[in-house]
Amino acid sequence: MGTRQSQFRAALLDPAAPVPDGLTDGAGAPTVKRFDVYRNNVTVALIDALRTAFPVLRKLLGDANFDPLARVYARAHPPRSPLMMHYGQDMPAFLDGFAPLKHLGYLPDVARLELALRRSYHAADSAALDAQVLAACPPETLMGSCLQLAPAVQLIPSPWPLFDIWRYNTVAGAPKPQATAQSVLITRAGFDPEPHALTAAQYAWLHACQTGANLTEAQDSASATDPAFDLAPLLGLLLQHGALTTLTTPKD
Amino acid sequence: MSKTMKTVAIVGAVAAAVTAHSTTPAEAASKEKCFGISLAGENDCAAGPGTTCAGTSTVDYQGNAWTLVDAGTCTEIDLPALADGTPREGSLTELDRDLPA
Amino acid sequence: MLDASHRSPSLPKAPGVGYKPQHFDALRSEPGPVTWLEIHAENYMGDGGRPHAQLHALRADFAISVHGVGLSIGGEGRLDPDHLARLQRLVDWLEPASFSEHLAWSTHGAEFLDDLLPLPYTDATLTRVADHIDEVQDLLGRQMLLENPSSYLAFAESTWSETEFLSELTRRTGCGLLLDVNNVFISATNLGDTATGYLDAYPLHAVGEIHVGGHDEDADDHGAPLLIDSHAHPAAEPVWTLLDYALRRTGPAPVLVEWDNDVPEWPALRAEADRAASALATIPAH
Repeated sequence: MGTRQSQFRAALLDPAAPVPDGLTDGAGAPTVKRFDVYRNNVTVALIDALRTAFPVLRKLLGDANFDPLARVYARAHPPRSPLMMHYGQDMPAFLDGFAPLKHLGYLPDVARLELALRRSYHAADSAALDAQVLAACPPETLMGSCLQLAPAVQLIPSPWPLFDIWRYNTVAGAPKPQATAQSVLITRAGFDPEPHALTAAQYAWLHACQTGANLTEAQDSASATDPAFDLAPLLGLLLQHGALTTLTTPKD
Repeated sequence: MSKTMKTVAIVGAVAAAVTAHSTTPAEAASKEKCFGISLAGENDCAAGPGTTCAGTSTVDYQGNAWTLVDAGTCTEIDLPALADGTPREGSLTELDRDLPA
Repeated sequence: MLDASHRSPSLPKAPGVGYKPQHFDALRSEPGPVTWLEIHAENYMGDGGRPHAQLHALRADFAISVHGVGLSIGGEGRLDPDHLARLQRLVDWLEPASFSEHLAWSTHGAEFLDDLLPLPYTDATLTRVADHIDEVQDLLGRQMLLENPSSYLAFAESTWSETEFLSELTRRTGCGLLLDVNNVFISATNLGDTATGYLDAYPLHAVGEIHVGGHDEDADDHGAPLLIDSHAHPAAEPVWTLLDYALRRTGPAPVLVEWDNDVPEWPALRAEADRAASALATIPAH
């Protein structure tokens, strides 16, 4: 039987479940349609939330595929927090296990990218590192120092052309994605998150930095992926987009 | 790579990046311009879904069936995966294969 | 029970609107009669970025009302301590003129169902909701307002009328009330009561804010009218009439226009605020 709210919960997300007993129209007559208002409110609110949350997935699949998919997802994975801005955490795993879409292997990474864009949008503000701090740092100190990435910076590794897939669906006239691996970096210089394509070595460098490696160790990670790795373009990008916040020297 | 060569590589890259940066206007300069929402709804979308305290009369709560129909831009993108689900071409695996032992 | 020293700063007795980010520029250049804004607490519980920056700018020109939709104050479980902590952080930095929530539940176990779900009006519900209100008011160190719901059905086990239930909550906790006259009209129509009868029985002395908003019309299994609280249209004529009826009894009050779905361009929302200003203009100060 369960509590009132357990009964509601069970019937809200299952249209085939019986309506809880003891609900009336106010004059004592039983009612199904009135309970259906709540079923409908919950389901439509969650589908709408997912439409807003995953605009690129929606474009890739088309509304005819996305909306019913969102309904299936919402019932299996209702939000676990009232912070609706982050709804959809389970979408990558859900897509990964969804057999009818298995042939579109890049969809889970697209979902990861869209989740990361929202994390970036709502991340804490930060002051960008002054490039002169880097220029003024003696070489020996620099080699053992760590660079901190801004809270809004996000990294999404992918074996798919993830950046090009995102761009093809968001920028008018962008070229079709070709078979190549692109991980994605998200920066947020002001208030709007911006994705950038990364090579495998650039991803390795950023991932190392993010997990606490110093510049020597990060260079080793990147060089192991690509011996010809050149840090300059990536560092330029990070400085330009306010993606670095502090240089922590060994004596700090 | 020797330690000296590594130092040269890192310090050289930092110097090059800092020099390039000093001649490029920082993105942050456009911050004030984007403070509001210039294109209706666009940044709202970037914020992700919001909460609701309203109901809806749009009816869409029935059914749980799902069938793939021919729609969306995925039909224009040809990136087939191998039978085991891994990408066919240009994958990290392929890049790994090119690495010197 | 909250003591009188914790009464909060109050909202202007003037029109306000539910804030939507797309109206940021218009609100700053041509606010019309709008002197205060209401935000949904949960949408500003991120760590920063544009949402926080906009609020920092707006709070210089407008009083802010924080309206929670995710606390699940009627929930059978305990209030989520993480969510309470987030709410406290928001209230601490934003210093809003008002905090309000709904007589409803939305969280079950670990799940948030994203709707304001109904409660049976029983002694057990009363005790639980009063405890939750006490907890929130103690934490925030301020009075909160509680909003009457839109009802689509009734519970056979209810032993209190909604108006008696709300009166008792104000007595037990010292909370104030947010009177949503659109919800009053919707519930009265849906449950076969009269809206003015509801207001005659409602503790109007405790009202700290009034909501108006739009609804949709549908019908139930038996063909009876079933109104849906969609916030997707201008408020209906009977709702404006009900606002006048309430204001004549409360005196001037903060009146908020809610428009949450199919949100229009600023002029259409401002027109609703103008209408609220007209309603307030006919009410002598009490």
